[in-house]
Amino acid sequence: MMRFAGASPLVRAVSVLSPLTLLVVWELLARAGAIDTRLFSSPSHIIQAFVPLLLSGDLLYNTAVSVQRVVLGFVAGAVPGILLGIGMGLSPLVRSAVEPMIAATYPIPKLAIMPLILLVFGLGEMSKVFTIAIGVFYLVVINTMAGVLDIDRIYLDVARNFGASRRDFYLTVAFPGALPMIFAGLKLGMGMALILIVAAELSAAKAGVGWMIWRAYDMFDIEQMFVALITLSVLGYLFSLLLDAVERWVVPWKQS
Amino acid sequence: MALNTAIVLRGVRKTFAARGGAVHALQDISLDIGEGEFFCIVGPSGCGKTTLLRILAGLEASTEGRVAIKAAANGRPLNSMVFQEQSAFPWMTVRNNVEYGLRLRGVAKTERMAVADRYIRMIGLTRFADAYPHQLSGGMKQRVSVARAFANDPEILLMDEPFGSLDEQNRILLQQELLRIWEESRKTTVFITHSIDEALCLGDRVMVMTAHPGRIKSIVTVDLPRPRDIAAIRTTLHYNELFQTIWLSLRDEVLKSKDKELAR
Repeated sequence: MMRFAGASPLVRAVSVLSPLTLLVVWELLARAGAIDTRLFSSPSHIIQAFVPLLLSGDLLYNTAVSVQRVVLGFVAGAVPGILLGIGMGLSPLVRSAVEPMIAATYPIPKLAIMPLILLVFGLGEMSKVFTIAIGVFYLVVINTMAGVLDIDRIYLDVARNFGASRRDFYLTVAFPGALPMIFAGLKLGMGMALILIVAAELSAAKAGVGWMIWRAYDMFDIEQMFVALITLSVLGYLFSLLLDAVERWVVPWKQS
Repeated sequence: MALNTAIVLRGVRKTFAARGGAVHALQDISLDIGEGEFFCIVGPSGCGKTTLLRILAGLEASTEGRVAIKAAANGRPLNSMVFQEQSAFPWMTVRNNVEYGLRLRGVAKTERMAVADRYIRMIGLTRFADAYPHQLSGGMKQRVSVARAFANDPEILLMDEPFGSLDEQNRILLQQELLRIWEESRKTTVFITHSIDEALCLGDRVMVMTAHPGRIKSIVTVDLPRPRDIAAIRTTLHYNELFQTIWLSLRDEVLKSKDKELAR
């Protein structure tokens, strides 16, 4: 809704009203029997399922478990991604050593290596965190490298002319210069993390929002499934708000 | 003019590899620039002026010939370059840009602040000290780059058409300011410009370069008295004689480079 900040009242009203209209239509169709409520439920039933899940603390607990996995995996993937990406951007030697491996392994769907990850890390938390970390890592490393390569040569010349050491190049040119692209990678990585958390909680999990979805599937509890789906969507929205806020704080010079 | 030489060039040649053979940017550049001298270079566009400056800055190696530059005393930086294109770091505020060289050398924060403030005042951007370059006009950004080089207090200042993008009023103000600082510090300065007028107002000597490949066409000594008042100096007879001399030397080269452009 941020994008509509400067828009006319009509545009803003439409952007609020259209989802509300969808909910009303959904409810009316469900009540009229036009859709199969066993599969699609209805907004009022979902709210009825939501309240006890919230009050019992069940929902918050499962959300907290998933958030912890996402945050740990995100950090574990993003930090090495940024460091290696900057190294690859600055040094042709590092780039030629690492890029072929990344290019070769990037197209492998992260879900396809989950069984391998489970064998290596077992059924505990590590396997879930690592799955997310892998997904985040690729997006961040590729975007960070592109960000460094994209920095105008003139700034490297200035740094050289002012006698910058290797460390100065990292800290005063490569890292800040690549920050806008790093954030693009982080945002893509966050989307990937939310995809992977559901997959990771499919197998051998005992809690989590993704686990709630799969349990609801097993028990054919459509309302609970929708509650978990909506929770994921809210989580995704909050994470993107958080990343946007951090970006505004860290990259105040970004030209909008 | 100072007796010691700061820069010695002997038979410097620069060739770039390019599609369809080598491009000769510079040829037979032999030149002494004195310590504390203000040396100006004019020449048609594409004559290798910038390449010469980049060689002096250590950003480019000469293909052939000898480049000797006097070592800097007591840990001061050897040279600072003001680039022709926009080069203020977009991710730093005006203040952080200006104190960049000092920061790399580990100068204490309070001293850095004081030096930066002085040069920010000089370029008239005190109100914008905490602004980012994208909030400034093109001319203001260029002034930031000039202040960044001055604040670094190098042995040699290298300036590549630093005022080319400024409007005339700001250009005259900064030329006057540059002269004032130069009078105080007598820093060896190599200054590229496309303006004969600017070269005469600032320089001790003006070197005219030939069109591609860049050779030394002539070197004119500007024996106008110092300290100079930019407005007053232009009205003197001698100024006009020097202008004529340089223009006659430059004109053929400009025409030649135009012909080459058309032939392409």
